[in-house]
Amino acid sequence: MQGFLKSEFFFNYRRSASAIIGSALMLLFAVYVAFGPWLVAQNPHDIASLELLDSFKPPAWLPGGDPRYPLGTDGQGRDMLASIVYGARISVMIGVVAMLCSCFIGTALGLLAGFYRGAVDSFIMRVADIQLSFPSILIALFLMSAVGTGIDKVLIALTAVGWVVYARTVRGSTLSEIEKEYVQAARVAGLPDRKIILKHVLPNVLTPLIVIATIQVGTFVLIEASLSFLGVGVPITQPSLGLLVKNGFDVLFSGLWWTSAFPGLAIMILVFGINLFGDFLRDELNPRLK
Amino acid sequence: MSAAGQPLLDVRGLETRFYTFAGVVNAVDGVSFTVGRGEILGLVGESGGGKSVIGFSILGLIDSPGKVDGGEILFDGDDLAGKSESELQRIRGREIAMVFQDPMTSLNPLQTIGQQMDEMLRLHSDLDGRARRARCIEMLNDVGISEAERRLKNYPHQFSGGMRQRVVIAIAMIAGPRLIIADEPTTALDVTIQSQILKLMRRQVRERDASMILITHDLAVVSQMADQIVVLYCGRVVEQGPKEALIRKPAHPYTQGLLGSIPKLHGRQARLTQIPGAVPDVRNLPKGCNFRERCPFAQARCAEEEPQQRALGAGRSVACHFPLEEGTEA
Amino acid sequence: MIGYLLKRLIQMTIVLWIVSVIVFLMMSFTGDPVFMVVPIDATDAEIAQARRILGLDQSLFVQYAKFLASLVEGDFGRSYVFRQPALDLILERMPATVEMVAVAMVLAVAVSIPLGVYAGAHPESRISRIIMAGSLLGISLPGFWVGMMLIYLLAVQWGLFPSSGRGDTVAFLGMRLSLLTADGWQHIILPAFTLSLATMAIILRITRAGMMEVGRQDYMKFARAKGAAPRDVLYRHGLKNALIPVVTIFGLQLGDLIAFATITETIFSWPGMGKLLIDSIYRADRPVIVVYLMLVALIFVVINFLVDLLYTLIDPRITLK
Repeated sequence: MQGFLKSEFFFNYRRSASAIIGSALMLLFAVYVAFGPWLVAQNPHDIASLELLDSFKPPAWLPGGDPRYPLGTDGQGRDMLASIVYGARISVMIGVVAMLCSCFIGTALGLLAGFYRGAVDSFIMRVADIQLSFPSILIALFLMSAVGTGIDKVLIALTAVGWVVYARTVRGSTLSEIEKEYVQAARVAGLPDRKIILKHVLPNVLTPLIVIATIQVGTFVLIEASLSFLGVGVPITQPSLGLLVKNGFDVLFSGLWWTSAFPGLAIMILVFGINLFGDFLRDELNPRLK
Repeated sequence: MSAAGQPLLDVRGLETRFYTFAGVVNAVDGVSFTVGRGEILGLVGESGGGKSVIGFSILGLIDSPGKVDGGEILFDGDDLAGKSESELQRIRGREIAMVFQDPMTSLNPLQTIGQQMDEMLRLHSDLDGRARRARCIEMLNDVGISEAERRLKNYPHQFSGGMRQRVVIAIAMIAGPRLIIADEPTTALDVTIQSQILKLMRRQVRERDASMILITHDLAVVSQMADQIVVLYCGRVVEQGPKEALIRKPAHPYTQGLLGSIPKLHGRQARLTQIPGAVPDVRNLPKGCNFRERCPFAQARCAEEEPQQRALGAGRSVACHFPLEEGTEA
Repeated sequence: MIGYLLKRLIQMTIVLWIVSVIVFLMMSFTGDPVFMVVPIDATDAEIAQARRILGLDQSLFVQYAKFLASLVEGDFGRSYVFRQPALDLILERMPATVEMVAVAMVLAVAVSIPLGVYAGAHPESRISRIIMAGSLLGISLPGFWVGMMLIYLLAVQWGLFPSSGRGDTVAFLGMRLSLLTADGWQHIILPAFTLSLATMAIILRITRAGMMEVGRQDYMKFARAKGAAPRDVLYRHGLKNALIPVVTIFGLQLGDLIAFATITETIFSWPGMGKLLIDSIYRADRPVIVVYLMLVALIFVVINFLVDLLYTLIDPRITLK
């Protein structure tokens, strides 16, 4: 810890406003995700706790607002703030879990491709090439339209578009890593492939993935929001931030702007925080730019 | 103004520092030397010794976080260190030209070599397009590139490394500069090409009566080319003097060490020695003599007191408490 | 050159073939389209007959062979909903989408390249920092939400723009174009701007990164050692080199614009092929989805090919192989 506090990384972190703001925003959302249900008064998924009489209340500072509902309520009398906190949990969870799945699968395939080369390599990389020439959102949209809504299906669709970037990066670093003497030595010494890959290659190809993984969470939150907005993402019983925006869209023209403005703002702040921090990480962990 | 006896370039107490996260680096720490008219000066030292920084400091091309902090750079009696950017632009290329280390990267990949040579003439001459073109062809022929007319339309990637360095030399020479700064001009090239390029440079410099600063880590190159030699260690001059005397009888243990690591082609050599250890961290220089930790002759005084330059006579000087050669005036 | 074109043509065909397999397989797992064509109270016999007519009673392999054969012939079947050839439906709506994507791309490039060059050339300046923060916000924005907020503020509240739909069109070379009428421009500005934001931000960042990368190159310092002014060095030697990575992502960005147009069109009720796709997904109108995907795949491989050609024009080191 002492070492960390004295490191160049930490030194630059303290001097970078964007890094501090970014990590603060991420921390804020982390707290909401972890402790959200205890921080807001209402459980928006529990119909018993809703007051239909309180439907479509504007934010508290506007005429007709109610201090119990700082950001107003929707058509069922749900507190928008509570909905956003619960929705953010779903959005963040999907983003993080899909990132972990993508990272795991992509890294594994990248290691295999880079280590064994040959047919495995060309097959994986051809698939990756073809996939990369199509926009992620379109692939995800197409998959979701085929399999239907559901959190599990969103995770599958996101993983299906997300693994490629890891596979390519890991394959690249693996190729250069296995040329190095210590890997050659381990091979000559007769260590089994599995051990060489896990013990020697893997730890040395992980650093660039940190940046990719960070930024990917933001990308995934946006893709999930878009899918849910289009109605092919999460089910209405588990509304993510994107689905909240969609619900608000249906009443936007009646002037009930707060039901869509605030959930969208929450997505923006969340993704902006992740990107700010990811940008800082990229500058720090990419020595070429220094 | 340009008195005949005055040197072309007179660098006095040059200090260039880099202000980095890890502290201030004194890349060039009070360096003084002169380059006479028509003279070739060899600037020698290990990598990381601040040699290239001297070249860029002379041209005012030190970028942030680096800065020329002190000293004078008198070019023909005129101090370059105090000049504005636009004044320097009229000196760069026209009066002082530079040849970079790696010809693979010093040419713009997206411009033909014709365009890149022409740029120099557009900046520094009043010639019209046709005359500039003729001059480019002439210059390419001069540096030994055949079919110059056709080659002008080629891009850098269509040339080999040696050929590219010839192009770079042609660009440097084309505006008729009085001083050429060549920064490791042959390090990136094959050994067989190296001596061709060196001969070409020497001929070009001598024919035009220009002067040259040859920056290199390779004493063998310098002994082929230079009239005067300046040896740098950790951003400071440790020894300087005329080539023959300095090579034959080095006064500083570091120079001797450098000479020991050159294989001799002629004459006998017992063993190829190497200087033990590595260049110390320039951010944390030890007290006293910087070289003492690698010096076979170091004594207690070397750890206490920093050696100052002293003259050895015959135009030589050394910064060592216990020089291997005591001069006549010592 | 001929050899290269031939090779690319074969590659493109293979990619399209793979896409057709994937599209076919995915479609086969998606519900049972027979219920899209038969009435709710259809008898088993009627369902079986419909199944036979649609060819759904045969093996997957036979179905795929038929599918592929009809694709090659350009026959994509009829929309279950509109009872019209699916290809005609898509082609009829394509000009609207192309218009919006084109305006969005021009807007993105016109804004992002000058700003990116500036930010890359002066990385420490205050303006650059503002530009970069803005671009980061640009890639963090949910596009659909921005569109909604613009509609609410500029159209509903202040009435500056129409809130949805496409403006008056005129026939031009057999297509209905709205860019030739003032009303058309009024309608296209909001959706095109919404669509362009993310692309704008990304191109800006790539331009800046390219400019900064170029700033470190030896040839830039060599150009300064020649006596060129820093400004000339930056624009004469730097800019073209810096734009190479921008060209690389240009194709991908165009693809992204087409993809995200589906969402923008949905918000702005823009009658393009993207909105048709989303509507068709809701209605499980399989033939239309298939046409859309195959057509878009074709557009993408052609764009990639054109970008590679463009590349060779900019960079003399790259030859067609």
